[in-house]
Amino acid sequence: MTTTAEHTEHGTHDDHAEHGMSIMGYVKVALILAALTALEVATYFVDFGPFFMPVLLVLMCVKFFIVVSYFMHLKFDNKIFSFMFYSGLFLAVGVYAAFLATFKFFTA
Amino acid sequence: MADAAVHHADHGHHTSTGLSNNKLGMWLFLGSECLLFGGLISTYMIYRGRVGEGPRPGNVFDIPFTSVSSFVLLMSSLTMVLAVAAAQKRDDRGTTLWLTVTGLLGATFVGGQVYEFTAMYNEGLGYTTSLFGSAFYTLTGFHGVHVTVGVIMLLSLVAIIKRSKVPGDKAEVVELVGLYWHFVDVVWIIIFTLVYLIPT
Repeated sequence: MTTTAEHTEHGTHDDHAEHGMSIMGYVKVALILAALTALEVATYFVDFGPFFMPVLLVLMCVKFFIVVSYFMHLKFDNKIFSFMFYSGLFLAVGVYAAFLATFKFFTA
Repeated sequence: MADAAVHHADHGHHTSTGLSNNKLGMWLFLGSECLLFGGLISTYMIYRGRVGEGPRPGNVFDIPFTSVSSFVLLMSSLTMVLAVAAAQKRDDRGTTLWLTVTGLLGATFVGGQVYEFTAMYNEGLGYTTSLFGSAFYTLTGFHGVHVTVGVIMLLSLVAIIKRSKVPGDKAEVVELVGLYWHFVDVVWIIIFTLVYLIPT
């Protein structure tokens, strides 16, 4: 009986609790994010030439997915949550990319 | 046994998905927020070059100052995740400490934004000066309001936890507020790059 109760408790806990990252793990992720931010800011002061825009956009996307995956736990959580969020995100990207294209934003 | 039953009632998700409806609702809300901010960011991208007689973006942006603000908000995501970890360990003291630190970092960011807006206004960029000004203030203002709401949620949660009046699963409530907070952070990651670092 006790085993069943403990098992049930453990099973329900998995939905939202221990996501497999330690405190040090979170600190390391934060340090990586800080380093990437420093690199982003460096592009303002140092001339990256033709790599300026791609570097900034890649850094932005990497930071975005690091926060979403590790701090928001999407990497460890149920895939339904990922579906909920990424549906909205990719819908927004698609809709507004089309919107910007209509205004000739990418060709100007 | 009774304790286990009560504990189970607190954590059990007796839903068709077996997942917390609250958490599902929060993720759905955040997905819809992508559309809101997507619209604001796109509008800014189109109008950022329409400066009229007003100052240009490069003349009013203070990149070193905004970089520090961005760093503060980024670090608030770390303190938020530490609050969630403490809540999952049922460490009320750690939870309230990290929630308070997160709230203070958020308030610092909002304070920085108020300072930035004031400085820009003094340099001649009002809300109706140009389409660039309108789009910029609307986008960053909406984000600032989101951060302010987040700070209110964090500090309210601290007060509620101190009074031990969190209904249901305390760790989940902290996690839901955390999800909102991290989302505000990821939106700023995009705004910081597209609005501030990429020139017109």
